[in-house]
Parts: sequence; C-alpha cells; structure tokens
Amino acid sequence: MAAVTEAPPLAPAPEKKPPRKRGRWTPYWLLLPGILWLIVFFALPMIYQGSTSIQTGSLEDGYKVTWHFSTYWDAVSEYWPQFVRSGLYAAAATILCLLLGYPLAYLIAFRAGRWRNLIMILVIAPFFTSFLIRTLAWKTILADSGPVVSALNTLHVLDVTNWLGWTSGDRVLATPLAVVCGLTYNFLPFMVLPLYTSLERIDGRLHEAAGDLYAKPFTTFRKVTFPLSMPGVVSGTLLTFIPAAGDYVNAELLGSTDTRMIGNVIQTQFLRILDYPTAAALSFVLMAAILAMVTIYIRKSGTEDLV
Amino acid sequence: MNTKDTSGDVRLSGISKTYDNGFTAVQPLDLTVPQGSFFALLGASGCGKTTTLRMIAGLEEPSSGTVHLGDQEVTNLPPYKRPVNTVFQSYALFPHLDIFENVAFGLRRRGIKSVKQQVVDMLDLVQLGEQARKKPHQLSGGQQQRVAVARALINHPKVLLLDEPLGALDLKLRRQMQLELKRIQTEVGITFVHVTHDQEEAMTMADTVAVMNAGRVEQLGSPSDLYENPNTTFVANFLGTSNLIEAEVDSKSGDDIVLKAGGGKLVLPEARCSAPTTTGGKVLVGVRPEKITLTPADDAGEIPAGRNRITGKIADSSFIGVSTQYVIDSPVCPEFEVYAQNIDRDSRLRPGADVVLHWNPAHTFGLDAAQDIDAGVDTEEEAA
Repeated sequence: MAAVTEAPPLAPAPEKKPPRKRGRWTPYWLLLPGILWLIVFFALPMIYQGSTSIQTGSLEDGYKVTWHFSTYWDAVSEYWPQFVRSGLYAAAATILCLLLGYPLAYLIAFRAGRWRNLIMILVIAPFFTSFLIRTLAWKTILADSGPVVSALNTLHVLDVTNWLGWTSGDRVLATPLAVVCGLTYNFLPFMVLPLYTSLERIDGRLHEAAGDLYAKPFTTFRKVTFPLSMPGVVSGTLLTFIPAAGDYVNAELLGSTDTRMIGNVIQTQFLRILDYPTAAALSFVLMAAILAMVTIYIRKSGTEDLV
Repeated sequence: MNTKDTSGDVRLSGISKTYDNGFTAVQPLDLTVPQGSFFALLGASGCGKTTTLRMIAGLEEPSSGTVHLGDQEVTNLPPYKRPVNTVFQSYALFPHLDIFENVAFGLRRRGIKSVKQQVVDMLDLVQLGEQARKKPHQLSGGQQQRVAVARALINHPKVLLLDEPLGALDLKLRRQMQLELKRIQTEVGITFVHVTHDQEEAMTMADTVAVMNAGRVEQLGSPSDLYENPNTTFVANFLGTSNLIEAEVDSKSGDDIVLKAGGGKLVLPEARCSAPTTTGGKVLVGVRPEKITLTPADDAGEIPAGRNRITGKIADSSFIGVSTQYVIDSPVCPEFEVYAQNIDRDSRLRPGADVVLHWNPAHTFGLDAAQDIDAGVDTEEEAA
C-alpha cells in the first residue's frame, strides 16, 4: 500500500521556478487588439463627431471648437417633429414585423420539418439584392395605378387608412403607410432570425408537458412558448426598431416631404446643407434617445437574465 | 384495497404504432394494468416501451387499437383532456416558472383558484417546501426529479406515467428515489406505469413487470415470477443472468422430464418448461447462477442424490465482497456462471480446479430451443 501513496513528483518543485515578472503586463497585451479595435472603430469616430457638434464657423473660414452647446438645443427645437415621427414609424414597423415575423418564425421552428432550411434561405434571400433596389421595387408595387392600390381602393381599405391619416386620396405612395410598409419589409428578417433562434431552442417536451398538464394548445402558447421566446422578441424588436428609427432610405424613396424622418434631416444637413455641427448634434441626440428607450424597454420586459 | 374499483385501470386493446417511415415501434398489444398497481414496462432502448407509454398519455396516436382508462375510452382524446399525468424523462420543468408555479401549473389550467395550500402540501410531500421560489435550474437533479413527480401528482391523476424518471440520476440517488417513489405510490394509491431499461429498478419498485422486446411483450408477471420462471431466452438473459444449456428430451418420469446434456442427465419439472417436450426434441435448460453449489471434484461423493450435476473446470473467479463470481468451463456450456455466497470459502476453488456444479432440480427451467440463445444478453448495457 505504501508504494501506491508515494507517487513520483509530476511537476518540478515550485521554488525552482521563480514567478516571471513580465506576467504582470500579459493581460494588457492580450487586451490590446480589442482595445485598438474599440479605439479605431468606436472611440475615435465618437470623439470626432462630438467635437464637430460643438464647433462653429463656416465652410469658407473653417470650423473651430467653441463649445457651442446651444447647437443641440437649436437642432432639437427645430427638428423635434421629425424625431417624433421617426419614433412612431419605427414603432409601427416593429409591431408589424413582430405580427408578421412571429407566425413565420413559429412555422419554421416547429412545423416546417424538412422545408426548414429552404424557408430560412427564402427569409435571407432579399439580402442578396441591394437595399436600394428592393426599396425601389416597392415604389412599383405601391404605384398609383398598380394592382395593390386599386385592390385596396375596391375593398375600401383606403377609406379607412385615409380616415386614420395614414394615406391621402387614392394614393399609397408618398404617405406614412408607404414608409412604414417599406420599413417593415426591409427589417423583417432582423425580426424573424432572432425569433426563430429562440423558438427553436425551446425543448419540444415542454409543449408535451404543458399539454399533459391540461393546457389547451393556445394556453400552451400563451403560458409556455411565448414567455420562453421573450429573448427573441426583445432582441428582434431591438434589431428592427434601432435601424428603422435612423433609416432615411424608405422615407426618401417611398415618402414625401411630409414623411421626413430624422435620418433624412441628418442626411440633408451633412450632404446638402453642409451644416456639420447640426448634423452631428442631431446624430448624438438620436443615439441618446434610442439608448434611453432601449434601456427602459429591456428593464420593463424583465428579460435581462434571459437575453 | 378496494378491488372493485376499476376507474384507474388502464386497458390497451390491440394497440400498435407504425411510424410514417414504416418502422413499427409497437406490435398489436393487449395489456391491462389494474387500478392501484405499480406496473413497469421493462426493455432495452427501442423496444417500444416509451411509445406505449406515450400512447397512454395521448402524446402519440396509435395506428390501431384502443386505450381505455377505467370505463372511458380515451383513444382519440388529446393529452389535455386525459386524466393521466406524466413524469418526463428529462423532467421537462418549465424553466421560466419557479418551483411553486411549476407545481401549480396543472391546477391553474383546470381553473382552480386557491392552489396555495395544495401546492404547499405537495411540496412538503416531496420535501421541497424550502425551494418553492427557486427556478428549476437552481435545483439538483434529484430535486428536479421530485418537482416533476409533484407537478404530476398534484392533479390526482387516475394514472401516473413515468418515463425513465430516474435515468439522469447517479446510482446512489437512484436507489434512494426508487424507495421514495414506491413510498409515494403506496401513500397515494394511484396506478403507476413506469418505463425503464433498468431491470433492477423494475424489480425493486413494481408489482407487475412486462418485459418488452422488439415491440412485443415477451412476458408479464411479478418480478419473482419473471426471475424464477422465465418463458423466453430474452427474459432469462435480460433479467439477471442465466446459464442456458442445450439438451435433448430423454424420457419422462412423473412430473419431471429427464434430459440428456453432454454426457450427463438433468431433471426438469415439467411445470417449469415453456417448450413442447417430445422425446428426442431439443430444449434449452436454464438455471440461475446463485442456485448452483460448487464442490471440488474430489468431494463429488458427498453431493446428495437427486441433484442436477455438471462437471467443469474453473476458468475465472472474481471476489466482489458478499459473493464470489466464478466462470466455469464446462463441456455443456463454455461460460457457466456461478455466484457463491462468501460464507465458508473453500481454498481449493481456484482457477484451474476441477469442480462439480450441482443444484436442486426445482430451480431448473426449460425454454424452447428454437430461439436465439443469446437474446437479451448485453442489451441492458447498450441502453444504459
């Protein structure tokens, strides 16, 4: 028995190897690539934009940092309607995406069987075409003399949307409805993919267990499936809402001057009016607004531990 | 017990299941599980035992046949309308609900408003009162298992279905939970149908065991009945270990059959033979390893008359504490297993020693020789 307990020393005794001194800096060296990445792609642009937003001057004389914070106040007080409109359009598009995307994701996750991969490819397929071309296609789809508008007209749907203020006259194009449709279409995959991922992760036996415990199919959905898919709902709505709120292509191509979103304002300020401080200030305000809304949303949905 | 009450009977008539891909998981099957019994479906993985259970639960639609619970036919009822509850293999606890809500789930779905007292009582029954507000992932495997049992039992089902409920637990905990489940079953008096691949588990817990193989019930009976008197080679090999010897019917004397095996003769009570016995026909003779006594060949004269005898040579022996297991090389069977209690160990019983194996003929059983002699060997390990 004694022979068993006396094992040969596998590692050299610790005192033979003094701890190396350079070990102290090793963690920082290992962090370096990440820190560099953050500096180049995040910190520098932010600092640059930040300094731009508090500059004054003109194109001819050049811009100087004058800590002119009132640019923010001027920008917000002038363009708050576009801010509100962006929020509303993005929210409407997000809700529509959720209503359309959830059944689709549910179908792919639980019912599609061997068609699953094919449907997933179809969901992603629009990405193979340019964003602009897809949005332009909607211009044709919603054209005044097109089949969609005449069908909506015949069914008197346009009377309802006119009354709601979403459309005007016999047109869909150049109305809020067209912009929201475009946003919904363009961001739908960003809703479907996270929803699918979280639905697909749900153990099928939980559905069986719920049924076994007297839950009817709809109750099973309400009490088990939907709560368990909340991480997907939260990340899907965020992935849809955030880019939709800053989008300007849909409002540009499908909307009119009455449907301008904050993205359009920023784009015009940067590229046409060349008022860089106002454009930068608007960008920062948009970012702060979205950040605040997202924080409140995640808190409210109570899914911090699920995300 | 009130033997007249049949409301908790499970009656399967001609039930079968063939999947879309043509695989038949369960061959037409008739089975009655009486009210209040602890019934085990035992078999290796893929034998159809879980499919049978799922058909009772309503999670699988039978291809033919009917399912009755008491007098009610439930064949076409969806699971949520059946008065049965299931303890799932991986427990399937709802991860977003705490233990209390998991247990209350069934009561709430049936619209019962005041669930608190019932849930508290049920959690006390499974000794989890302290854990009520924890989430399932915060509990150990054994605790999760008890939650799964509580969640099913609180609904007072007519039948509780258990699908390998102890499969994920370690050996020691499994033994403990076996006794626990048995205690709960005795306490609540509900019919339990238990699916397992662990023959020891089935024998420890169940009153009646149905051994399933390839979609069929091979044999049904009490654990001791199945063990002492198996009807097929599968049952003989799957439940414990059996030594099977090919023999030829020589003659009949009274209630016994005399058989020729190798050079010697063996006696088999006719009542314990499940095969047709015509003179000259083949029969498989079986005997359990612990029924056999080993005597060194030198002392063969001391063996009492009237016992079945076989000669052989010890090929291997392993000491495992309460007993010693010997493998004997014998002309009638190359690997004859013998388990001897370690009471008085004979130092002459070493590998290489010539021995006589002898046993009381009453422990012999006879099987139809037209079967695979190795059926059921090692399937248990595959499944585990």
